[in-house]
Amino acid sequence: MNLLEIRSMKKTFDDLEVIRDISLSVEQGEVVSIIGPSGSGKSTLLRCATMLEEMDGGELSYLGQKAAWEETGKDGKTRLVYAPKKELRKICRNFGLVFQNFHLFPHYTVLKNIIDAPVSVDKVPKKEAVKRAEDLLAKLGLSDKRDAYPYQLSGGQQQRVSIARALALQPKLLFFDEPTSALDPELTGEVLKVIKELAKEHMTMIIVTHEMQFAKEVSDRIVFMEGGVIVEQGTPEEIFASGNVRVREFIGKFTG
Amino acid sequence: MELTMMLQQLFEGMLVSVEIFLLTLLFSLPLGLLVSFGRMSKNPVVCFIIKIYIAVMRGTPLMLQLIVVYFAPSHIFGMKISQSYRFIATIIAFSINYAAYFAEIYRAGIESMPVGQYEAAKVLGFNRFQTFFKIILPQVIKRILPPVTNETITLVKDTSLAFAIAVTEMFTIAKQISAKEASVMPLMVAGIFYFIFNYVVAFIMERIEKRLSYYK
Repeated sequence: MNLLEIRSMKKTFDDLEVIRDISLSVEQGEVVSIIGPSGSGKSTLLRCATMLEEMDGGELSYLGQKAAWEETGKDGKTRLVYAPKKELRKICRNFGLVFQNFHLFPHYTVLKNIIDAPVSVDKVPKKEAVKRAEDLLAKLGLSDKRDAYPYQLSGGQQQRVSIARALALQPKLLFFDEPTSALDPELTGEVLKVIKELAKEHMTMIIVTHEMQFAKEVSDRIVFMEGGVIVEQGTPEEIFASGNVRVREFIGKFTG
Repeated sequence: MELTMMLQQLFEGMLVSVEIFLLTLLFSLPLGLLVSFGRMSKNPVVCFIIKIYIAVMRGTPLMLQLIVVYFAPSHIFGMKISQSYRFIATIIAFSINYAAYFAEIYRAGIESMPVGQYEAAKVLGFNRFQTFFKIILPQVIKRILPPVTNETITLVKDTSLAFAIAVTEMFTIAKQISAKEASVMPLMVAGIFYFIFNYVVAFIMERIEKRLSYYK
């Protein structure tokens, strides 16, 4: 069973069709990078998949559990319905999301940022949550930042904390929305390194990124998007050797 | 009249002023939060009603509101009002008036919060209640402290408006003594009392601001 299954997803903002018709399935343990020019709908795809944005058409399911699907009403019109709130909450426990701009809670220490959701949402005993957080911090090389506040950290450190925060809930799938785009070039390395580590541990990840070299190294599959559709997808080797003009042009721009 | 006697009377009045001040804050701060929710409500009827409420509270003199709240029960509804209602009316009028101002301050604070905080909370599984009280409100309080300090200081001085319905707070007493003794001295002393009162308020608010400055 696929961990994530998207069928014919559609999303329109006002009159702009941002996602035209996207189907994408991701298996457990897979690392999928989504690349493509700005405005191609990559981030919107992620936001719809994580239900920060409501999609307009298609189907979305995690581990076979439907989160959203189309239903034809008595009037013959098809409309999109979401699972009941309670079920959605459960489905949402499957994934975590790392934002481009971290969105750490500034009034919490690093530790509290990491343990607050496990303790107050998943009802993990505090001791256990702290242990889990400390292990994560050690793994991400941030043990000495345990009691710091986000404003005291560099961008790279903040992003690593936000990865730890997402991992603390032990998701089966982790989404990354351009995780290094808000960072200085010097700092992107430390974040990419962490993601590579996770890939080695077979963490299932979907990564929207502009880091071509990184995508090539870390991904099992690369998806190239443009104009709200998937133009091409395949292994890094296939994509980097693509015969498609747009794909070649795009990759060429980044890899020089 | 002896100076000590005057000071003692004024001090007693000041206690009433402090009481009005504290009770108004106690009721108007939470009420203002509720009103701000109404103001931001997606329900157009609720939003409209709250807008009118705020417009009336901010658009008419507090002194007039005091008089209306005090006299309306007996004049319009024919109810018998007790002596103690004078003070209760003051607290009601002040609380609903200040709630309107606080509501707009809360709204400014809440609307200034970056969407990312809500989204991060949502993805982490916090429900709406947890998101608001754990993530949003603490940050909002830090942001709105300066305008709340402003309002609070204005409230100290506004307590003197209670003289309009003859509540025996400091200003009422100062005016009485002043008329009796044909001297402006009691009013000047009252002025100094208000100033000290506000100095203390500003000091406390500054301490709170400092305590919340552990993060940016």
